[in-house]
Amino acid sequence: MQNEVHKRIVGNAKFAELVSRRSSYAWMLSIVMLVIYYAFIVVVAFWPGLFGTPLVEGSVTTIGFPIGIAVILSAIALTGLYVRRANTEFDDLARKVIEETR
Amino acid sequence: MRSLYAIPGAGALIAVATAAHAAGALEGPAEKQATNWTAIAMFMAFVLGTLGITYWAARRTRSTADFYTAGGGITGFQNGLAIAGDYMSAASFLGISALVYTSGFDGLIYSIGFLVGWPIILFLMAERLRNLGKFTFADVASYRLGQTPVRTLAACGSLTVVAFYLIAQMVGAGQLIKLLFGLDYMYAVILVGVLMIMYVMFGGMLATTWVQIIKAVLLLSGASFMAIMVLAQFGFNFEALFAKAVEVHPKKLAIMQPGTLVSDPISAISLGIALMFGTAGLPHILMRFFTVADAKEARKSVFWATTFIGYFYILTFIIGFGAIVLVSTNPAFMDAAGKLMGGNNMAAIHLANAVGGNIFLGFISAVAFATILAVVSGLTLAGASAVSHDLYASVFRRGRVNEVQELRVSKMATVVLGVVAIVLGIVFEKQNIAFMVGLAFAIAASANFPVLFLSMTWKGLTTRGAVIGGFIGLISAVALTVLSKAIWVDIIGNKTAIFPYSSPALFSMSAAFFATWLFSVLDGSKAAQEEKDRYEAQFIRSQTGLGAEGASSH
Repeated sequence: MQNEVHKRIVGNAKFAELVSRRSSYAWMLSIVMLVIYYAFIVVVAFWPGLFGTPLVEGSVTTIGFPIGIAVILSAIALTGLYVRRANTEFDDLARKVIEETR
Repeated sequence: MRSLYAIPGAGALIAVATAAHAAGALEGPAEKQATNWTAIAMFMAFVLGTLGITYWAARRTRSTADFYTAGGGITGFQNGLAIAGDYMSAASFLGISALVYTSGFDGLIYSIGFLVGWPIILFLMAERLRNLGKFTFADVASYRLGQTPVRTLAACGSLTVVAFYLIAQMVGAGQLIKLLFGLDYMYAVILVGVLMIMYVMFGGMLATTWVQIIKAVLLLSGASFMAIMVLAQFGFNFEALFAKAVEVHPKKLAIMQPGTLVSDPISAISLGIALMFGTAGLPHILMRFFTVADAKEARKSVFWATTFIGYFYILTFIIGFGAIVLVSTNPAFMDAAGKLMGGNNMAAIHLANAVGGNIFLGFISAVAFATILAVVSGLTLAGASAVSHDLYASVFRRGRVNEVQELRVSKMATVVLGVVAIVLGIVFEKQNIAFMVGLAFAIAASANFPVLFLSMTWKGLTTRGAVIGGFIGLISAVALTVLSKAIWVDIIGNKTAIFPYSSPALFSMSAAFFATWLFSVLDGSKAAQEEKDRYEAQFIRSQTGLGAEGASSH
């Protein structure tokens, strides 16, 4: 019984579509986050002076601050992007897969 | 205390990471302060309120599902707040603001490290976890594998992480309370232990969740108020705040860029791995994903948690700069030697006094205490679940156990863990425990994360591979930490460290992944083939939520 349902799900083109769309989106966002974070760490480790560049001519504020804050905001923004798409598009697709195979 | 900034190079990394998160910030000989009655009154109000909630929760905690997951009825937003309350420890508040106070920009590096694990948890784990699990992450790791060996591994990983994290928190709690309230160290540790046992034993996950939510709201509002008061003094102009900070800080312009903290790239990357993937292997954090109704709510939880934690770290940063400007320039906060009274970790506490007077100082001190209680309660619940659900019900009784028995064991485990935590907290009072939280994160990243992650994403994983790989991760994380400067030199007293880097995660996590892969591929047993065959059913459930545990009816 359960095996029958599983066979129909695996055979459903929408299931393959769900898996490929969701995993490519999830991996893409993960890679974006990793690149942002490790780029930040590499600059801190090898070229710390780079973040000491004044934001504008003569300012005390350095470019490191807006960049650091941007890394924090990017983490929030990326999770927001994923949740928005997963809670609408991916969940709809998953519901259709289940309905069609019932 | 061990200085947050004076240790050059790599050694400082883990010391600071640790300090920032729990122990170091609150460690070392804290001077006993005069009894602070405002703070005690506010703290009493918090304790009475949370005990009231525990009483309410106790009447709703009847089944094991209630105890472990609050019946699965927590909303995504509430769970996000609770996760933030579980994750933002007193020391990440006091430790990171102290780090900004002494080193400026460097504080930001650690805040970011603690935050970036969350998106990864969301993208690769949250919904699968929710769809596959019931009470603990071992449910997921052992879903299609051998129950006994994999649950034993997961319980060992959980209990080791909980033990190190809990000792660090208990010692930190004792020191902090001595400093803030003028209470004796031993009484402070016993008080924390007894309250945490009561929350968890009587109120289970429901009480723990609300303690964490209330604490998160108090901490976020207190920190917001401080940041706004600081910015208001400079007309909400960051340039003016920074200019004043550079003018009064002894390091001058150096506080505006990365300092000497991250000088060794291997240690930097290894620490980054420990923080990022350790977060994804912390049992008390993973457990929170089973308290929501479905994958949709699990995703929302991570979004809210990331938002609150990120916002909190930005506030901490402003608070650190505020302390440079408003605390370091005020002789009232300095001792005879010109140092900050009570140590650098008091920067945020003194700032509370500077911007809000004695009443607000009392409020922030009470919030710091509440923060510790929320974190230790979450840890105790995770430890008790590993004992009762994984070791007792699944391994020892092979699943032949009724709810009443399992619930009784979980409550006994809570009391035992609480008593052990109190005893160890007292034993470790004068010990150097700076390595403990770093080690907890490294073990979580090396023992729990690889097995959990591969069990959900790789068909080829077998029981043999998971158990060997997981234990290699656990043992190598502990062994490399013992051989590193934090223990080999600072505690045992040898001249030089055998393991030259400050965090083992890069090596121990890689070893765990490699061993798990190798021994799974080499596993030609019949059981291994059956485990691989069961992957498809697991994969369908993890992707669609079909057959996932739902919320119980209330």
